[in-house]
Amino acid sequence: MSVATAAAAPTREEIVEWVTHSTNEVFTTMLGMEAQFGEHFVEDPGKGLTMGVIGIIGLVGEWTGTAVVSCSSPLACKIANTLFMQEYPSVTDEVLDAVAEMTNMIIGNLKNSLENKLGQMGLSIPAVVFGRNFATRRSGKESWYVIQFAVDGERFDVQLCIAPSQAGVLTGTGVPRIMTLA
Amino acid sequence: MALDVLIVDDSAAIRKILQRVLRQTEMPIGNIHEAGDGVEALAMLEQQTVGLILSDINMPNMDGLEMLGKIKSMDAYKAVPVIMITTEGNQNKVMEAVSLGAAGYVRKPFTTEQIKEKLTGLV
Repeated sequence: MSVATAAAAPTREEIVEWVTHSTNEVFTTMLGMEAQFGEHFVEDPGKGLTMGVIGIIGLVGEWTGTAVVSCSSPLACKIANTLFMQEYPSVTDEVLDAVAEMTNMIIGNLKNSLENKLGQMGLSIPAVVFGRNFATRRSGKESWYVIQFAVDGERFDVQLCIAPSQAGVLTGTGVPRIMTLA
Repeated sequence: MALDVLIVDDSAAIRKILQRVLRQTEMPIGNIHEAGDGVEALAMLEQQTVGLILSDINMPNMDGLEMLGKIKSMDAYKAVPVIMITTEGNQNKVMEAVSLGAAGYVRKPFTTEQIKEKLTGLV
């Protein structure tokens, strides 16, 4: 009887390369804007973001995880202005929709790269959080890759946490999750 | 004659972007209708007549592939071109869309030019 083993984890360099490629492609193609690569690092679970516009999406398959895309309110408005060719002076539902779709496209394209190494995956429906002075917490025990970009002088971050599923099934144990506390 | 279009995508943002892109192509596009998934799209097709459908693949309730199969089994819509617009990179799903009768496939992110190129000859 053969026992299936999980695929080898992607290296940090691979993750950074795939995230950078996907982020650049989405910004260039959809917005005609440049996402300049800044720096990348690995963070422990625990405290997360506390303000801004945050897109969250889940990845599920033999490997499972969570991806988070975040930016400031002014950049979120700028993204919506360009995507919809309409002025958004402040964050509205349409601005949040724009960030949700950016999250979906960036992580959707990243998923295609991850699938080549880790097997087929599905994406959850993206959720968006917006506000100031909130607390987020990254549960689970896995580390998070943080890849930072600069777009029009504003920070744009992509964060990813990914781990093998237990028996290819989403069990909830060790699965990274984001919790938001108002 | 202007062609009425149905956009099927669970993302309100993508529906809005595609509306803008379709207008920017300066092709003879008439009314643009929207649906959030395959179920809504099929219900809409019973009320409206459209000459072109742009659809996502991964959607809740009924995905784009199931919807495509059902549309191609409807006498009134057999010949109506359906273009799939998706982030899905899985070649099996792309091949399935083609075998079900999709007239084309555009990967997100897309440019106005890419959409225009796919529509050339259809509109």
